[in-house]
Amino acid sequence: MKLHEYQAKSVFADAGIPTPASTLASSVDEVVEAAEEIGYPVAVKAQVHVGGRGKAGGIKLVEDREEAEAAAEDILGMDLKGYTVEEVLVEAAVDFKNELYVGVTMDRGEGKPVAMVSTKGGVNIEEVAEEDPDAIAREHVDPAFGMHPYQARKVVYDAGVPAAVASDVASVLRTLFQLWDDRDASDIEVNPLMVTEDDEIVAADAVMNIDDDALFRQQELAEMEEETYEDDLERKAGEYGFDYVRLDGNTGIIGNGAGLVMTTLDLVDYYGGSPANFLDIGGGAKAERVANALDMVFSDENVDAVVFNIFGGITRGDEVAKGINDALEQFDEIPKRVVVRLAGTNAEEGREILNDDLVTVEETLEDAVQRAVEYAEEVEA
Amino acid sequence: MSVLVDEDTRVIVQGITGGEGKFHTQQMMEYGTNVVAGAVPGKGGQEVAGVPVYDTVERAAIEEDADASVIFVPPAFAGDAVFEALDAPIDLAVAITEGIPTQDMAKVKKRLSEVDTRLLGPNCPGIITPGESKLGILPGNIFESGNVGLVSRSGTLTYQVVDNLTSRGIGQTTAVGIGGDPIIGTDFIDALELFESDPDTDAVVMCGEIGGEDEEDAAAYIAEHMDTPVAGFIAGRTAPPGKRMGHAGAIVSGSGTGTAESKIEALNDAGVPVGDTPNEVADHVEDFL
Repeated sequence: MKLHEYQAKSVFADAGIPTPASTLASSVDEVVEAAEEIGYPVAVKAQVHVGGRGKAGGIKLVEDREEAEAAAEDILGMDLKGYTVEEVLVEAAVDFKNELYVGVTMDRGEGKPVAMVSTKGGVNIEEVAEEDPDAIAREHVDPAFGMHPYQARKVVYDAGVPAAVASDVASVLRTLFQLWDDRDASDIEVNPLMVTEDDEIVAADAVMNIDDDALFRQQELAEMEEETYEDDLERKAGEYGFDYVRLDGNTGIIGNGAGLVMTTLDLVDYYGGSPANFLDIGGGAKAERVANALDMVFSDENVDAVVFNIFGGITRGDEVAKGINDALEQFDEIPKRVVVRLAGTNAEEGREILNDDLVTVEETLEDAVQRAVEYAEEVEA
Repeated sequence: MSVLVDEDTRVIVQGITGGEGKFHTQQMMEYGTNVVAGAVPGKGGQEVAGVPVYDTVERAAIEEDADASVIFVPPAFAGDAVFEALDAPIDLAVAITEGIPTQDMAKVKKRLSEVDTRLLGPNCPGIITPGESKLGILPGNIFESGNVGLVSRSGTLTYQVVDNLTSRGIGQTTAVGIGGDPIIGTDFIDALELFESDPDTDAVVMCGEIGGEDEEDAAAYIAEHMDTPVAGFIAGRTAPPGKRMGHAGAIVSGSGTGTAESKIEALNDAGVPVGDTPNEVADHVEDFL
């Protein structure tokens, strides 16, 4: 789960990290009012879950009322990489002489959190990591002990942070680590952490992503979640509780188990087709889930044909088959052709149950995928 | 021969009184697994599926002389359950649970470096030595005893590849599910090491997927240390960057690491043929044997 900048900043500010004065606004009038209150110049910043907002025109620096109005009109309602901007943060602009990067993330290879500091703040840190990896100082933290104060100092010195602010930056890093640890963050960062002419530091941006699997014990943060989906189908998948990712192809895919569903997508591509989605119905696969899954792919206007691939372990082939029959019998005309492949527990019984008038049954994964790709091509032609 | 588990392995089930735990205990016992006890706090003294339940894993391990524990405990309590298993006098813990917070697993990973107990998972289907014992949720009927070892990050993909092998009469020594989470106990290299030193394993199949760099590390290990031939499969070639493909660990990062291409290339460079389809993996294995 991603927090918006304004949400993360309020968490950071509560923890004692200096942030600029700011107000959240959702209309032009609110933007102007906030800007007058804070005092020009201010930054007007789109609050959406996408990176590179500045480059995409989602952040504007304004000097007066007229510019504030223009910026608010431009940004509010704009489409930023598929997301509509509904709120902006109006924030006091900071005069700075340096921009730093300070962050903590999980190094999955090491199985440990890693603290990172760089004097090349203000740009995408992944780009810095690629182009100039030595510009980022790193320090792994023992997850059992937490971050020792010396480690925060060390990584700050290693990064070459100016001496006048080193101690303050180390303190920000320790606070970030504490938040990362207490709040089950997966990533937390301030980029840029601005250094002013008077050697004060200010967090000009804030990123905080929370481990979805830990939301059960982060109630306060979980309540901040704003469901933002790129499209209605992803929203629907969220309601049905499916792991779903929409792609741009025309062969719909339903399966059980992440690895096998990914493999089915890959095979659609391998056999010359184009996958429309990743949809994992998970274990069990009761009739209702089967019907919901079919509803998902049928509602995708890009989908021309569907491959339904189940390898039963816990999931029983006969139950899935009944679910598919029940779901498809509801239609006077089945909207897209469905190819079903059942394997594993009770697969044979399942294949016998499946109604050949409603679906095409194939025995192997390869055959099922090829058949579905063929059907999809026929529709396109 | 086999790796990690055989017919003599004495097994505890943590969470045996829950729905999943009870169901799979029965399934495991039907398959022939020697389940000797359950461990559930507050349920000591009860009996499930004919085996005694203890309040602690340690008590169960001592009283029943157990070797391994399978963990069917909900995610909120599973990190603690894994710690309990690691601290008990057993050799192997198998965590089936999906959805354990990553920070809990980071602490578990740290603890693993201090104890001798091995961990499989979490978020894995378990481990099976066909005809002898299974610890977990794998469907026993698709496996057959033989000479191919299998290690995989994904459950149903394992079943698919095993099915491709078994249908050609190629059996398995042991199939090891290492789990689809970002932080896991036993990794590819650990499992490959076990198969390399098992005299009955004549070939190994390694099923990886997008995310992380474990497959690349495994490729380097294979090139350097393995005489047993390995065939590979990598799921997620068509996955878009930045999207979590079901498994918490299956994500191609924005900076381009963790891609299927990078893994396939690393494996090919290490002399490991990677199948374009699960059936092609079986072709490669057949060539080896």
